[in-house]
Amino acid sequence: MLVTRSSDTQRHPLLKRFPIPRRAGVDPASRITSGKTWTAPAGATRVKRFEIYRYDPDSKKNPRLDVYEVDLDSCGPMVLDALIKIKNEIDPTLTFRRSCREGVCGSCAMNIDGTNWLACTRFISETTGTASIYPLNNLPVIKDLVPDLTHLYAQYASIEPWLQTTTPPPVTERLQSPADRAQLDGYYECILCFCCTSGCPSHWWNGNRFLGPAVLLQAWRWLTDSRDEATGKRLDDLEDPFRLYRCHTILNCTRTCPKGLNPGKAIAEIKKMVAQRQL
Amino acid sequence: MLQDRPRSPHIQIYRPQLTSVLSITHRMTGVLLGVAGMVVVAWLVAGSLGPEPYEAVVAVMRSPIGAAFLFVWTFCTFFHLCNGIRHLFWDAGQGFELRSIYLSGWSVVAASVVLTIAVWLAVFWHWKT
Repeated sequence: MLVTRSSDTQRHPLLKRFPIPRRAGVDPASRITSGKTWTAPAGATRVKRFEIYRYDPDSKKNPRLDVYEVDLDSCGPMVLDALIKIKNEIDPTLTFRRSCREGVCGSCAMNIDGTNWLACTRFISETTGTASIYPLNNLPVIKDLVPDLTHLYAQYASIEPWLQTTTPPPVTERLQSPADRAQLDGYYECILCFCCTSGCPSHWWNGNRFLGPAVLLQAWRWLTDSRDEATGKRLDDLEDPFRLYRCHTILNCTRTCPKGLNPGKAIAEIKKMVAQRQL
Repeated sequence: MLQDRPRSPHIQIYRPQLTSVLSITHRMTGVLLGVAGMVVVAWLVAGSLGPEPYEAVVAVMRSPIGAAFLFVWTFCTFFHLCNGIRHLFWDAGQGFELRSIYLSGWSVVAASVVLTIAVWLAVFWHWKT
């Protein structure tokens, strides 16, 4: 199948996950047990099943998968609508982040039917028979669909994501030509939802040292900014077997970006810039 | 960071996509090519030891298991070669649009299958004549 936009969905039910044991490489406390099924009310006409990752930090029990049956005739069209309906009408203990409900804040990033996307911009109709919903991958879980992003934010802070200059400030703003400004297009739009980083296999295996696609895209956003004067220092910091070069161009990042951005290309540009300064 | 929390699943639940599947295939064919390199060494060493050891190695490669290994080896060679060319374009900063990623990916799959079959058709044709 030819995918042309990251919003394209694949729906083969047989290829929903890699054919490996569900417990492969999972530590005992993270193993997922089966949970409760909340059946649809009698008289529901258009029933959709949602299989949702649940973890209650107070219970001291392992995470579980609860199944909720939702009547789509009284539900909005997006996955976030279904989650809100479940929380309002079926199970108020379900916990998830949400804010803008229109794809600009990045709060409701989660793993929907095997790929990372924003719950507010993914149609329920784009999911398979039983839609499976997990928190963003390979992160400590605070509760249910709420992962702890502390480490990812620390990685973001490590690239010093602000304008750095050595020349004295001009009387007016630091100006930029329209062409220079256009260099930021496709990068400044990142909302830091971390769909890409948490969907990157390289970050799964080496996330403690590899910066991951979201942070590297931000690094490129500052490297390519004509007003920034710390390019050399930034490249020195990035040129490292792990921080930058654990990217093996798998490109799950570009495939999954809910804003249609291209972290894979940004990382390639950084590698090119490192190579070119050595010429 | 919270230490006593469960870790959310990743490879256990993430959907296989052309991007990740071709990447892991590239890695696995690379490993197999490394192993196959030792077969080349064994073949050369056997040849330097004399006709009988050489015939023994060739006999193993002509057995059904040996032939199957050679077939898989051929595919691995072509896949690793074609996908390697794809990586060279990426290293030059080219072909990162999602459409290009999928077009080049499927082209690599098609090219390695066609080249493998072509080589083996040539081998069979050579054996018959």
